[in-house]
Amino acid sequence: MVTQKTGFIQAQGVRKSFVQPDGQTVVALQDVQTEIQPGEFISLIGPSGCGKSTFLRLVAGLIKPDEGSFTLDGVPISGAGYERGLVFQDPTLFPWLTIYENVAFGLKIRGLYKEKKDDVKEFIKLVGLEGFEKAYPHQLSGGMAQRAALARALVNHPKVLLLDEPFGALDAFTRMNMQDELIKIWQERGTTTIMVTHDVDEAIYLSDKIFVMTPRPAKIESIIKVEIGRPRERDLPDFLKLRAKILQILNFAGKREDIQYYL
Amino acid sequence: MQKSFDYRTLIPTLSAVAALLVHLLVPNSPKYTQKQVPYFTIALIIIIAVTLVIAFASLFNERLRKKYAFKSWFIATFILFLNLLNLATLKLMILQSIYFPSPDRILKVYVEEWPFLLKCLGYSLRLLATGYLIGAVLGISTGIMVGWSKKWSYWVNPLIKLVGPIPSTAWVPIALVTFPTSFQASVFLIALAVWFPTTVLTSSGISNVQNAYFEVSSTLGARTIQKIFKVALPAAMPSIFIGIFNGTSASFITLMTAEMLGVKFGIGWYINWQREMLSYANVYAGLIVIALTFSLIITLMFRIRDRVLGWQKGVIKW
Repeated sequence: MVTQKTGFIQAQGVRKSFVQPDGQTVVALQDVQTEIQPGEFISLIGPSGCGKSTFLRLVAGLIKPDEGSFTLDGVPISGAGYERGLVFQDPTLFPWLTIYENVAFGLKIRGLYKEKKDDVKEFIKLVGLEGFEKAYPHQLSGGMAQRAALARALVNHPKVLLLDEPFGALDAFTRMNMQDELIKIWQERGTTTIMVTHDVDEAIYLSDKIFVMTPRPAKIESIIKVEIGRPRERDLPDFLKLRAKILQILNFAGKREDIQYYL
Repeated sequence: MQKSFDYRTLIPTLSAVAALLVHLLVPNSPKYTQKQVPYFTIALIIIIAVTLVIAFASLFNERLRKKYAFKSWFIATFILFLNLLNLATLKLMILQSIYFPSPDRILKVYVEEWPFLLKCLGYSLRLLATGYLIGAVLGISTGIMVGWSKKWSYWVNPLIKLVGPIPSTAWVPIALVTFPTSFQASVFLIALAVWFPTTVLTSSGISNVQNAYFEVSSTLGARTIQKIFKVALPAAMPSIFIGIFNGTSASFITLMTAEMLGVKFGIGWYINWQREMLSYANVYAGLIVIALTFSLIITLMFRIRDRVLGWQKGVIKW
């Protein structure tokens, strides 16, 4: 694995709340105090309302924390930027551009297209979309569109890759294929990667560390190191043990919530 | 050879031959006092020749054959309509001849007055293009500003809502006294007619663009101006086109009204002038010119739209 010196993320006392339409303030994330090492693959897992997407959007710079801060390589994150590439569950490819133009978008708006033209082809090849350069997004299957979205984020050579349930909308078979592709790309490039997921298996299969998050209060409940060698098998005893452990944490948190609910 | 012949390809020719026979064999109405002109005969001979050439060519070209065979009933019926019209006017004079001239008379107008008609058409197109371009450019710019910025929307939206729905022809009295020439007044009216629908649909198109597109583009390094022109504008293009199309029909109406009210030398002015002189053959000639021109403009716009919006899945067809 290529070790990358950049892509070091620190969170210090981060808290984020939203005002709902009815005027109530909801704390979406609190007490975040953590570090993500360069080149690490992190999964954020937890039930809805645990603040995992908020975490990701804060790192992306799409929203700003109320308190505390995120830093990337020591520099506070104050807004969105190309060095933190984002891929959503919905590929959100620009439908008016071809696949090639979508992937080239980042380079074009940054004025680097002429210099780095070859990168576009390289990344299209990397995600296995050769021959589809001239296709429009609506002509692609869900898995292919998601590959294109990945290439579009990677072409900027981001220090951090942010994935918001990237494979959530894909069928099980495609999802497993995409997970393997993602691991391959990550191992080649060594980009710090933070992925939000609902899928415990996916988190264990891919991650170095799993941030298990719980709602009410929305925070990181525990950080679990995945010490299983790669390539991983989904049915090894270690894998299953870890799975049970995570489910227990999530389940326990869920029950505690239920108790509060019924009181 | 036998297989590649479709009898339908000869139907338009037969219809034209029938029309020619009726025209040549049935005597003119005794009430018809004007000098006989040969134009309808010539036109029918040309139609026969052209339809025969197409029918012959379609023996060798399957696509042309299918298309032409499909259209043949319509074309034949249209020629039949001309035939019946000729019967009702020149031959039997069932219709009042002053208001319903025979095809001959209308063709005569084109033969004798085509330079003047062309000049009128040129004047109309110049007026239309000037007003249209101003209206479309202003409409798209206003739409972008209102759709993008809350501040602009706050100040400009009420104005659009209040002023926009007024048919632009209702501004005629004000336009005529405000602008030094009637040409400028008409440009203003046409621009206004195009501006309103373009603005409304551009702004609604832009404010309906999925936020995710903006989020993705900002994580790809886009600045605000790039989000407007590289994301919002292309994403809103389908809506903008609908606005422009609505504006187009509004601009035709306004153009005709403006010309009938006082702009000199337009095709609308020509029709109005000929009507006052009771030269209805010229009125029809003018109407046909308008119909062909406007439908050509609309067709061109569809072509442009299909090209620009080729990325859309199953583009809405009009």
